[in-house]
Amino acid sequence: MEKLRYALFTGCTAKQSTPEQLMSTYAVAKKLNIELVELSEASCCGASHLQDYDDFLSLVLNARNIAYAEKHRLTMVTICNTCQLNTAMTKHRLDSDSNLKDRVNKELKEVNLEYKGTSNVVHFLYAIIDDIGLEKITSLVKTPLSQFNIAPFYGCHNIRPSELQNRSHKIKENPYRPTSLDNLIIACGGKNVDYEEKNKCCGFHVELQAPKTASILTGNAIAGAMDGNADWMVTPCPLCHLKLDTQTKHASTAIGREVSMPVLHMQQMLGLALGCPQEELGMKHHLTKVNFI
Amino acid sequence: MSTITIQKVNFKVFRFNNIDDYLPYYESYTLDVTSEDVVLDILNKIKWEHDGSFSYRRSCRHGICGACAIKVNGRSTLACKESMSTMIEYFGTDLTIEPLSTKRAIKDLIIDKSDFWEKHESVKPYVNAKIDETPSCENLISPEDADALNEADLCIQCGSCHYACPVTEINDDFFGPAAFVSAYRFEADVRDEDSDRLIAVNDEKQGVWDCVKCFECAEVCPKDINPIEKITSLHQMAFQRGVAKNNVATRHAVGFKDSIVRNGVLDEGGLVLYSEGPSIIKHIPVALKMFKHGKIVPPWAIVKSDNIGEIKILAQSSSTAKF
Repeated sequence: MEKLRYALFTGCTAKQSTPEQLMSTYAVAKKLNIELVELSEASCCGASHLQDYDDFLSLVLNARNIAYAEKHRLTMVTICNTCQLNTAMTKHRLDSDSNLKDRVNKELKEVNLEYKGTSNVVHFLYAIIDDIGLEKITSLVKTPLSQFNIAPFYGCHNIRPSELQNRSHKIKENPYRPTSLDNLIIACGGKNVDYEEKNKCCGFHVELQAPKTASILTGNAIAGAMDGNADWMVTPCPLCHLKLDTQTKHASTAIGREVSMPVLHMQQMLGLALGCPQEELGMKHHLTKVNFI
Repeated sequence: MSTITIQKVNFKVFRFNNIDDYLPYYESYTLDVTSEDVVLDILNKIKWEHDGSFSYRRSCRHGICGACAIKVNGRSTLACKESMSTMIEYFGTDLTIEPLSTKRAIKDLIIDKSDFWEKHESVKPYVNAKIDETPSCENLISPEDADALNEADLCIQCGSCHYACPVTEINDDFFGPAAFVSAYRFEADVRDEDSDRLIAVNDEKQGVWDCVKCFECAEVCPKDINPIEKITSLHQMAFQRGVAKNNVATRHAVGFKDSIVRNGVLDEGGLVLYSEGPSIIKHIPVALKMFKHGKIVPPWAIVKSDNIGEIKILAQSSSTAKF
């Protein structure tokens, strides 16, 4: 298999509250013959919150992150939906507005950097589907997950706004009937669970300022997966993972129903299927016990 | 010229009469749909050819009056503008037709939209200014000033975004994306002198800070207004005009800059502390569990971004906001 090289923008969460996601990303990359060049210079993407306060600063900082990927002449791969949204949104705004790009580059020049617009920004989920292909992934599966019903949870910032998101990758994702994660589950040998909440919001972004709203959304998502008879959930977004894995108590209280279910990162699911050693997948970091391995 | 194609589509149509019916029910139809049809043509076909009692709002048929918004397979859709081909591309040939909000249904697809209008009115959707009552000429604004409205004035109040918003669904106080678009439209108008509107839409109870950033509103808007972009602008305006209150929501936004300047990356625990202040105590039970599972990195162990000097320089030179 041809070796792939990507510039990896880890985002902040994978380095702090979801270490298992970073571990499993590297474990899976090894199996798939992907070399990841970590962008250790990158700053936080602003997570849609810095954007509420200081839009121009967020553009400059995200342009700087992309400029480092461009220096390596590599596609930037993200592993967090919100990093993907804010980085891809910055790229789109700069690529479609030369005045704005000039203003940002004037700032970057002070630190000897330039945003050119030569690197694509794509989430790991779509990068492997586009560049390796589901068929190839299926052929590499060592331990098919055939005994599991798996509920995909897409996360808003990978599928909406679809007009922006579908610029990043070759497959056309329908935000109302997304298929990428379902197809990855199938490629891993699992049974994909269809349920209403799979493309809905987990509430992460208002956890501090509107905890009740956030908890209801989290609760509804887990309840939907439970009612769909899922054994566990899988998500490409570490922020969704944090909500679904660590906030079950608040979610249960908010919707008046006990909800809890193991939630895996897409990299962990893929790692299980590809036969990665379990210690490389970091399941011990989950708060909701991964009870099936 | 492309040829017109015809295909069979199965429809499940929401029926309910709040005077006679205890519960709603669904009527099924299999109809020929042409590649030229919009969703409204199908509603008309059902009414005119199958059941004259079937009720829905419609008027202009040109995407201007905003009356005919409904849901197709759960997606808000302006019936007169959306082509059936797109719906079939999105959802296949089994389609469910429902009102924008099933819980607000009065008769079939007609809903009680009073919550929408009350919220619309709450943001004072008009230019609020002391004007000369006998002006000698028109009160013109420059094309640049008109551009600042960013197409928010194109909103037709159809309610598509309002009833697609997950927060409007669960928080009765939340103004919702359409009311925020209206608020933005007048806050961005140079003639407007209102001093309360921006404060009201930034209020913690009903305001923009409860937006979950899911982009459902941007996805459904039939006029491509991008409501969440206006919501983001309202956040920024609150800081720019010095009306942002010091609360958990505003500190959460400002806290990102604080963290980035210090570390390049986010200090997650530090951000929660910065945002919550003494209220951080309520997060301690979960935080302890997370710590036990290796999910919390203490501030002194955070690995800063390489070349952090660059980030500090850029944060200094590129900052446009104050708190």
